[in-house]
Amino acid sequence: MTVMLETIALEKRFGGLVAASNVALKVEKGARHALIGPNGAGKTTLINLLTGVLRPTAGRIVLDARDITALKPHARVKLGIARTFQINQLFAELTPIETVGLAVSERLGCGKDWWRSVGRRREVTDEVVNILENFRLIDVMHERTAILPYGKQRLLEIAVAVASAPRVLLLDEPAAGVPEDERHMILDIVARLPPDVTVLLIEHDMDLVFQFAKRISVLVNGVLFLEGSPDAIARDERVRQVYLGEAGHG
Amino acid sequence: MSEQPLGEEVARRLVARASWHPLEVLFWAAALASIYVLPGRHLILTEIAILGLFALSLDLILGYAGIVSLGQAAFFGFGAYTAGLLAKHDLVTEPLLALIVSGVGAALLGFVTSFLVLRGSDLTRIMVTLGVALVLREIANRYAWLTGGADGLQGIEIKPLLGLYRFDMFGHTAYCYALGVLIVFFLLARRIVYSPFGLSLQSIKGNPLRAAAVGIPINGRLVAIYTIAAGFAGVAGALLTQTTAFTSLSVLDFERSADLLLVLIIGGTGYLYGGLIGAVVFKLMQDYLAALTPQYWPFWIGLLFVAIVLIGRERMTSWTKPIRALAARLDWRAHRAAAGGAVEAQRP
Repeated sequence: MTVMLETIALEKRFGGLVAASNVALKVEKGARHALIGPNGAGKTTLINLLTGVLRPTAGRIVLDARDITALKPHARVKLGIARTFQINQLFAELTPIETVGLAVSERLGCGKDWWRSVGRRREVTDEVVNILENFRLIDVMHERTAILPYGKQRLLEIAVAVASAPRVLLLDEPAAGVPEDERHMILDIVARLPPDVTVLLIEHDMDLVFQFAKRISVLVNGVLFLEGSPDAIARDERVRQVYLGEAGHG
Repeated sequence: MSEQPLGEEVARRLVARASWHPLEVLFWAAALASIYVLPGRHLILTEIAILGLFALSLDLILGYAGIVSLGQAAFFGFGAYTAGLLAKHDLVTEPLLALIVSGVGAALLGFVTSFLVLRGSDLTRIMVTLGVALVLREIANRYAWLTGGADGLQGIEIKPLLGLYRFDMFGHTAYCYALGVLIVFFLLARRIVYSPFGLSLQSIKGNPLRAAAVGIPINGRLVAIYTIAAGFAGVAGALLTQTTAFTSLSVLDFERSADLLLVLIIGGTGYLYGGLIGAVVFKLMQDYLAALTPQYWPFWIGLLFVAIVLIGRERMTSWTKPIRALAARLDWRAHRAAAGGAVEAQRP
């Protein structure tokens, strides 16, 4: 198997606090990879390092044999890394159409078009409509994002990431805060992602993790603690101690 | 999937956003009518048109891209002095050409200084833009051999527009010229804000973190709009010089930038007309109050400003609801949109 995304001795310090230390993560092409760990383990920091929101103190990040450590966030999106945020990061004043349209336009290279009005390119609008249909957002597509129900906002959060047609998709707790009866929608969406897309999932919901992941990495205190198949992780006594603890899954 | 009816409808609806609202048509009809209806008021109308264009430049960066600036006078002043020097030394004698050269010059200055506003928060941006304007003012003050220093740039003679229309003392030519330029640049601004580029600016203003995460090069977009807005401000400054045949250090004053922000806040940001309406209100109030109480007119402007902030933009917008409702009823596009909505409702 080819490695799609790799970190080499990645380190991030905030003053005295070590948020990531000597992290060597390898995510294979087309993987369904989950990253778990207790609160404060540095999972979101790792995502921020991978997407360029944070600069590492040391180490390198390699995407498909290309060093992307020095690239800005938008340049990494162009190379095929997209993400969702743990806490929704959406455009409150824009509609789902406009939000997804921004991502599609940017990918097709017409985001800097300043002469033609929005909506003149049928290839963009058609694709936006397709994505919104897949994410069941058609009924609210003309509403301002600020007034959408939380579950819909959560779907939009994933839809925007998918609209960038990523090769690597980083999902930061996609089901966080979603009410129980809407959770299955998120599960469906995640399960139906194209198989050639490499997915790295951060999640606290162990049902979702074990249902989804073919491979699991455990991060504890900024250190990659263990990596293995879901069975191996579930059976590992140390993982049960540091992470699963009294929750006692599996 | 290619052609689909829903995509068609969505495309139509998105494009319709950029079509002309009846109130907009009314606004510009009134502006054009003022040429014939108010021939005695062309001098102040010229001032309003220039201030409106200047405010439009601030609206582009503040209302759409979210860049707070207290130094837009830097570009206004640069354009004003460029136009003055071009005319005084007979470098470019045709006013319209000189106007374009001045605008391009100011845009270049905007491009160079744009990199200073990329970093930092609103407060940093306020201080940096303020600083740039202050520095420019002192440079103009220092090099009096070029700019005339505190005495202003005198001895400017503006040649006839296009070699045909002489600038008269009643400001008829000046107003037609200023209004024409305002309309052209307004149309340009309107194109920009309804384009994908304009939408990406709004997304940066709304949430820069997400904007970067969908692949929008934030810095590049901000540099672009800051440069364009500086060009707009430069054109406004050049218009002032050309219509008054004079320019002085006051074009670079801090008060000019501060008043501009006031104008835009009076009219409201982010819908293009705020600067124009603000300019009308500001100039008319200034004119009326200055005649009434020459010394204390800023007091009343200040009071209006405080009232606007206290009442809040949303409540004031709700007061105009009956007007907008009436306009919507007169709007033929609304009926078409309603028909489109019916199609949508039939979908399972």
